[in-house]
Amino acid sequence: MSRRIIVPFGPQHPVLPEPIHLDLVLQDERVVEAIPSIGYIHRGLETLVAKREYPEYVYIAERTCGICSFIHGMTYCQAVEQVMNLEVPERALYLRTIWSEYSRMHSHLLWLGLFADAIGFENLFMASWRLRESVLDVLEETTGGRVIQGSCKVGGVRRDIPGETLDRMVGDLAGFERDFREIANVFLHDESIIARTRGVGVLSRGDAYHLGAMGPTARGSGVAIDLRKTGYAAYGKIHFKPVVETDGDCYARCAVRVKEVFSSIDIVRQAAAKIPEGEIEVKPKGNPNGECFSRAEQPRGELVHYVKGDGSRHLVRSRIRTPTLTNIPPLVKMLSGCELADVPVIVLSIDPCIGCMER
Amino acid sequence: MAFFEMAKTAILTTLKSPATRRYPAVPAKVTAISRGRVTIDPARCISCGMCMRKCPSGAICVVKDEKTWSIDRLKCVVCNCCVEVCPAHCLAMETGYSPSMTVHEGIEVVHITYVKPERPPRKEPEERSDQGS
Repeated sequence: MSRRIIVPFGPQHPVLPEPIHLDLVLQDERVVEAIPSIGYIHRGLETLVAKREYPEYVYIAERTCGICSFIHGMTYCQAVEQVMNLEVPERALYLRTIWSEYSRMHSHLLWLGLFADAIGFENLFMASWRLRESVLDVLEETTGGRVIQGSCKVGGVRRDIPGETLDRMVGDLAGFERDFREIANVFLHDESIIARTRGVGVLSRGDAYHLGAMGPTARGSGVAIDLRKTGYAAYGKIHFKPVVETDGDCYARCAVRVKEVFSSIDIVRQAAAKIPEGEIEVKPKGNPNGECFSRAEQPRGELVHYVKGDGSRHLVRSRIRTPTLTNIPPLVKMLSGCELADVPVIVLSIDPCIGCMER
Repeated sequence: MAFFEMAKTAILTTLKSPATRRYPAVPAKVTAISRGRVTIDPARCISCGMCMRKCPSGAICVVKDEKTWSIDRLKCVVCNCCVEVCPAHCLAMETGYSPSMTVHEGIEVVHITYVKPERPPRKEPEERSDQGS
């Protein structure tokens, strides 16, 4: 039996966009065990809830994450609205759905690019990010911000999308879908990608369920959990199926994300067709008094925002649980037994977002 | 399994013009509602301090006695919150970003030139009681 050695992976590593540290216990070239350690970029955003008034905390909630910021803001607003019993206008709910799906598209395209880069396929990385830019342009045009949208507020949304802009957005989606289909074909059928991902980092359905995997990590292993099916925002009125793959390897997780982009395009089309006219916000009266858990489907999985108010302008407690945290135990499971060279691909396959995990 | 799945995309990419802009030569792409930086019209600011109280990052400081409005450009997160709450509508969001700077240059101080308009002279109390009766 050969000697065991420990190889540190991260917090600074070319493949990682954000800092997470893994101690990889190796036997020859094979990982026996992975020990994660986190806590490099804790910012204390949850504590700020007591220092900012509840309508202004939306801006901070949004800045928890630099990629799925809109969904963070929306989930926080949902929690406060639930506490205050606010009835959000239908149009605002549809607009939130549309922006959420655009966020999902840009997040998945970002991930696909990073994944291609981790594999060593730089041309595909650039093609993905070039396509992502067209999604960001739409977000900037409709909300004013490329990545931090700032368009969600307690009681509704800040900006409306005029009818003609919405029609143009839906029209542009046809071209976007055509361009993305070419990239999707590469991700799903190219031999070099299949060689790097098929059978790598396998997570069984039982493990995914018991270790609490969420989002594409769970759906890639055949666990059909998609919180959009709970019908928050306007998802209850839109027909879609959660994308599920059963292999549980890196290829399956990649395929889930590729297919989810198509599903997002479809959801935007449906939402744009069904969106009613009307108000986009209601003015909140009084202050939140009570507590609430609010859940939403981020591009990476389940996001939970907990808020507690005592009837003043400042909330007492906020707690955020992000999908990356729940996906770390499955990651450790995937890593044990893999080759050292596959570690970057496997770590990226859960789409780690450390900034949002540590807040 | 497929070979050269990427070939078409790669060949088209080499034939097309670059997807990025040659930024300083070509102006950056902005939309009408892009959030670039906050600007103030010092002639209209009434020094109410609303922007300072609502700013999520604490970047704005209004000193009423000295009649100054200052913003720390490095702290400002360009959220548009101050523009929304300003009762005098003297704050505006420009589409261009503020230029890069060092920490010392970050704080921008603006002297408020707003002059309170003189109130119209009060009507005599006798007149009011006449109107009321």
